[in-house]
Amino acid sequence: MSYTIEGASGPWEVVVGLEVHAQVLSKSKLFSGAATAFGAAPNSQVSFVDAGFPGMLPVINGECVAQAVRTGLGLNAKINLWSRFDRKNYFYADLPQGYQISQYKDPIVGEGVIEIELTDGSTKEIGITRLHLEQDAGKSLHDQHPSKSFIDLNRSGVALMEIVSEPDMRSPEEAGAYLSKLRQILRYLGTCDGNMDEGSMRADVNVSVRKAGEDFRTRCEIKNVNSVRFVMQAVEAEARRQVELWESGGTVDQETRLFDTGRGTTRSMRSKEDAHDYRYFPDPDLPPLVLEQSWVDELKAGLPELPDARRARYVAMGLSPYDAHVLTIERETAAFFEIVAKGRDAKVAANWVTGDYFAALNRLKRDVSDSPVSAENLGALLDLIADGTLSGKLAKEVFDAMLEADEPPAAIVEKRGLRQVTDTGAIEAVVDGVLAANADKIAQYKAGKTGLFGFFVGQTMKAMGGKGNPAIVNDLLKQKLDG
Amino acid sequence: MRPTDYTIAEGLRALDKREISSVELTQAYVEAIETHNPRLNAYITVTAQQALEEARASDARRAEGKSGALEGIPLGIKDLFCTAGTRTTAASRILGEFVPPYESSVSGNLRRDGAVFLGKLNLDEFAMGSANTTSAFGPVENPWSRANDPAKRLVPGGSSGGSAAAVAARLAMGATATDTGGSIRQPAAFCGVTGIKPTYGRCSRWGVVAFASSLDQAGPIARNVEDCAILLRSMSGFDPKDSTSADLPVPDFAAACGRSVKGLRIGVPAEYTMPGLAPEIDALWQQGLAWLKDAGAEIVPISLPHTKYALPTYYVVAPAEASSNLARYDGVRFGTRTAERDSDLRDLYERTRAAGFGAEVRRRIMIGTYVLSAGYYDAYYLKAQKVRALIARDFAEAWDKVDAIVTPATPSSAFPMDERQDDPVTMYLNDVFTVTANLAGLPGLAVPAGLDAQGLPLGLQVIGKAFDEETVFAVGAALERAANFTATPQVRA
Repeated sequence: MSYTIEGASGPWEVVVGLEVHAQVLSKSKLFSGAATAFGAAPNSQVSFVDAGFPGMLPVINGECVAQAVRTGLGLNAKINLWSRFDRKNYFYADLPQGYQISQYKDPIVGEGVIEIELTDGSTKEIGITRLHLEQDAGKSLHDQHPSKSFIDLNRSGVALMEIVSEPDMRSPEEAGAYLSKLRQILRYLGTCDGNMDEGSMRADVNVSVRKAGEDFRTRCEIKNVNSVRFVMQAVEAEARRQVELWESGGTVDQETRLFDTGRGTTRSMRSKEDAHDYRYFPDPDLPPLVLEQSWVDELKAGLPELPDARRARYVAMGLSPYDAHVLTIERETAAFFEIVAKGRDAKVAANWVTGDYFAALNRLKRDVSDSPVSAENLGALLDLIADGTLSGKLAKEVFDAMLEADEPPAAIVEKRGLRQVTDTGAIEAVVDGVLAANADKIAQYKAGKTGLFGFFVGQTMKAMGGKGNPAIVNDLLKQKLDG
Repeated sequence: MRPTDYTIAEGLRALDKREISSVELTQAYVEAIETHNPRLNAYITVTAQQALEEARASDARRAEGKSGALEGIPLGIKDLFCTAGTRTTAASRILGEFVPPYESSVSGNLRRDGAVFLGKLNLDEFAMGSANTTSAFGPVENPWSRANDPAKRLVPGGSSGGSAAAVAARLAMGATATDTGGSIRQPAAFCGVTGIKPTYGRCSRWGVVAFASSLDQAGPIARNVEDCAILLRSMSGFDPKDSTSADLPVPDFAAACGRSVKGLRIGVPAEYTMPGLAPEIDALWQQGLAWLKDAGAEIVPISLPHTKYALPTYYVVAPAEASSNLARYDGVRFGTRTAERDSDLRDLYERTRAAGFGAEVRRRIMIGTYVLSAGYYDAYYLKAQKVRALIARDFAEAWDKVDAIVTPATPSSAFPMDERQDDPVTMYLNDVFTVTANLAGLPGLAVPAGLDAQGLPLGLQVIGKAFDEETVFAVGAALERAANFTATPQVRA
């Protein structure tokens, strides 16, 4: 069932396209050597180029170009071996040059496609129109002084990739899934850290609505939405607004809007008439950017395994599609899992990682990059289960101890004497004791109340301090009760 | 011989033989500036004390046997080159008391080679002008005057009017200059000195206040062709900080000055014979060609069919780039800020830029903004780029037939300061012979070749193939030898 908004006149289809600005992961800026670290003191990472001083000239940062190409390859997109930088001219206090260097007509990356997964298990391809490189502007701070604005140029000149999608999404869910998938791919590639709360990724969301079978109607652009959840909310709120407008006999004007996260509504920022004339023209300070195919090929050969490929490999290893999906959402999680699973039963490893381990992370409010237990130690715990040293129950006890101090599980087993008892003679002695003390229960059992079997197991384990090998305990009880 | 009589080549020899010290040379120029600059206004800023200290340091280096290629030579620097610790104005109010914390690559190269800087030379505001009358620091006067009207003050040409006037009046042994549409060659011709705009990419633009990035090119103005060659060699070189800088070795340009022109094919473009061209300029042109023929060169008529579109093309492309390049002068980070207290940002921009920029700069920003605007871009900027490509192609085709091209440098000799100031288009016509080399990125040299009926200098221009300055120097030196131009201006040290 496809997503629609029910209006008075019937169902409306929603059309969404995203322009995502992703900060390139690089040590220095797109056209200067200044650093890019987040959270530095204001104006401490600014070169004379970034501040637009007289006579300063931009020089392209090769690493940023490589990152854009890697991203383009990760988006299955065409790499343009000839591209060019243009100037986008406008005045603002945090735009020191009076223009932003961007790529207008000839972007470095052309058409591509990525696949998104939806909650019903289906997948959908979303087209990428283009990716281009551009400079970020600085930041204006209006709340530091009653009558002055402060300017922080640390971000000025930082490299951004603007990734433009086709208007291929048809629901808030698809828009959210697209942004999540894009973020996942960039993080796998290591071309953007994807930290949306630090502004490393933000989306301009284009929304329109239409009746089934119609051409596109006028769209509105919602600027600078900075989380997956807000993108989904903004799409829905804007689509509903447009449906109401059309149905009340009005028309949607092409304009730029803002999403008010508090109210959950969008409001007008500027209309098309107020739109700047950016006077784009090729930047005469920069020759065209010409890439060698062999260099692109080298970058391609060096790409890491991407989430789709990794997920498919996990399924082939015997994991459920769900576990494969969960384990590949974050590159760090997948890396953790692979260490745990190395040389071991992949399914068992997946069960532990997605089960007890994830539960522990949630409980402790930690994440994989800040893991309380090393993947190596978790793997060693699995070995102790496999070789019979620990029962499942004991293993959980050892795991809890590992959460407190990340030590090798064998050391914890020794220290706490948690080794499982597999000596049949010793277990039999305990079983005999339990049976002797519960003659009445034996009678009831034999009379058909077989559910009491668990009682005998529990009594035996209790008497053994939980260390009896469950299989042996079961076998012996079965022999003695049923035999 | 008075210290200010030395050419750079002679000065270097005299310094080497200890016939004179850099301090003595520099002191002579400091005195010459004190005497004549109040009238000529060639310098915006004179750094006399600093120059003498640099000269002392230079003499010490020479004594230790560590001499650079320009060791101890006192030069003037066009005030478009950023100089670390010395105010740089671009002859505009908008830069205020801006003191760059960095040194332009070109001036840094000259320092590296031991040159001494006397100060910062006047120019048209942001290098926009052909008469050096748009400077916020007042006009520069040409040290030459008309025989029949010696009181009439003449323009030195522009935009490098301060550089040309200072070299002609011997207020510097040589000077840096820049040329976007003729700003080295036209003032050199007006002041009877030599200047070369090298191939685009030969000199780094890093640290030079930008006018029109795709056309701007630094070069020297000096008393003769050899001195230009010596200066250009020091100024040139690949600079990784300028993405348009050419990664090519720098030849020994001075050696090329001695090359014979025998067998060289010299092109004479039919389109440069323009209606209304002064007969004495045409005569000088023919004379120049005759000299080269006598020296063994072959004179070849050629056609550069798109020449007539060069000036309008230039006056679309250059203002377009300028309108964007000058956006950074907004009163926010450096320079002058003119605004009411608590005014808003738009008010800050409007007041700062209205008060900071002169009329010609404002005109070009408006033209440039217009030609880049939505709806006009294709008709103006894009079309101009296409014509520019055709002009470059004209030259490329000419190089199949000739090794260099010789034309007049300017359509007239220096004119009075009070003429041609009202009509910008008439003023723009000064660049008619020079803009083509900028549009095509080619080297062009102006060399004085004679005097007009009023006793004012007239120059010829030599245009060469890209990165073939050596042939340009060879042809320029041949013209110089034949012309034997020994006249000097009325105002001089």
